[in-house]
Amino acid sequence: MKLALKVTEIEQLSPLVKRFRFEDPKGGSLPVFSGGAHITVEMPEGEIIRRNSYSLISDPYDGTAYEIAIRREDQGRGGSLYMHTKVSEGDEITVSAPSNLFQLDLRARKHVLIAGGIGITPFLSQLKQLDMELKPYELHYAARSRAEAAGIKLLPEAAHVHVHISEEGARMDLGAILDGQPLGTHVYTCGPDGLITAVADQAARLGWPKTSVHSEAFTAPPPGEPFEVVIASTGQTVSVKADQSLLEALEAAKVEVDYSCRGGACGRCHTKVTACDGRILHNDHWLSEGERAAQKDIMPCMSRFKGARLELDL
Amino acid sequence: MPNTEFSPSIDSRPTYTGLVSQGSAPAIMVADEAGAGALSDLATADASVMDNAHVVLVGCAASVLGDNAPRAVHETPDLDAATPLVSQLLNEARMGTQLYLAGSEGLMGHVSALATAAGMPLGEIQMEHRGSIARRMQCVHCKGITEGVTTDPFTCSHCGLTLFVRDHFSRRLGVFQGVCVDAETPGVVPETVEIQA
Repeated sequence: MKLALKVTEIEQLSPLVKRFRFEDPKGGSLPVFSGGAHITVEMPEGEIIRRNSYSLISDPYDGTAYEIAIRREDQGRGGSLYMHTKVSEGDEITVSAPSNLFQLDLRARKHVLIAGGIGITPFLSQLKQLDMELKPYELHYAARSRAEAAGIKLLPEAAHVHVHISEEGARMDLGAILDGQPLGTHVYTCGPDGLITAVADQAARLGWPKTSVHSEAFTAPPPGEPFEVVIASTGQTVSVKADQSLLEALEAAKVEVDYSCRGGACGRCHTKVTACDGRILHNDHWLSEGERAAQKDIMPCMSRFKGARLELDL
Repeated sequence: MPNTEFSPSIDSRPTYTGLVSQGSAPAIMVADEAGAGALSDLATADASVMDNAHVVLVGCAASVLGDNAPRAVHETPDLDAATPLVSQLLNEARMGTQLYLAGSEGLMGHVSALATAAGMPLGEIQMEHRGSIARRMQCVHCKGITEGVTTDPFTCSHCGLTLFVRDHFSRRLGVFQGVCVDAETPGVVPETVEIQA
């Protein structure tokens, strides 16, 4: 389901991060969601439509608007740059209905939320849900500097909300955070891969069950060198531009591929490879090490190709 | 006496893979007299498993553990008396605490229901069946629980209906489900047989 909304507010939260508020142009109510959900935003530019997914940061139970926060990535494909430079208050914008790949496990007795940098975004909606449901939680937000920590403005001042600014010498101590948590605690991490791995390793050392450790690492697809793919069923060749993802190129060529997160996390766009002469540049978090090495599967939302010929089972 | 092997059945029917030491991590162990043998075997395989273990024994004395001295032992006369103690241990436990259960299906079902309610994932609970194959049955009609059921069908100790022993198991309550066996043909009841493993 797609929603045609209006940009009603843009706020600069930090030098690199802007908050966007989208409302129904007629003032109608939007579908509510659950903490950790994201929407996919359409960014038409020339003949290309980019679609990036962003975590919702607004109150999950508030149907009057959706809010997202976007960090400008100058080295990216241009999605975030488009949002930062081409979108103004009053513009129309098309977004998907919310879906959630990073929901809270509500069986938990306590929730520990760990955010690195812009990874704070999914937690902003989650903590509104946790507050409303009166669930015990603690949030740890790590950032390099106070100026870069865009989330500070959006976080409540509370004893269970901890901000760790490494420039001020207050680095996050994962051992201290995870050790001694009560039985039934779940931990959620969103941020750089290094942080997600560090939390998972620390939890494993302390004997935490794997099912109590959650993370979300999806990011926008990276740019790269242009390449071509062949569609097995039709023999059609599809060219992928440097600042376009394979999924976007397939969509532009009217080749149907299912998708959801567009960030290599959900597995919906999983596509079989029927011939590969070259190397698939896997950028997703979905395929296993073995599947990556075999080069028989690709996640078109994130991954690219370098070589002579890549044929897709489409 | 090893872990009982039960015949393959529906997915709902719990299976017990046996106890495997997780070393000296903090642990809660709950066992009845037959199950205490599994704890002794566990400690024989790895003595360190008892270093930080709180053992709750149901209906037996600490002497059943032999030379394997855990950090603390609590003796209780029955499951009802053990319940508040186990709940307290679970409520005070930290992440990384291991749970070892051994003995009857009734004991393991009851304590694993307490543990999952305390936030422990079911897959993290270690269980080993020893001793009687008697079942803890819930009547799906009156919701009353009958302990120690060894025959099929059996009579609900609360409402008196004749109940068929199903393999359908409630993990929330830790009980098998008993369903009226002669609802369609009152009085026509199949021959009573002993429950098999």
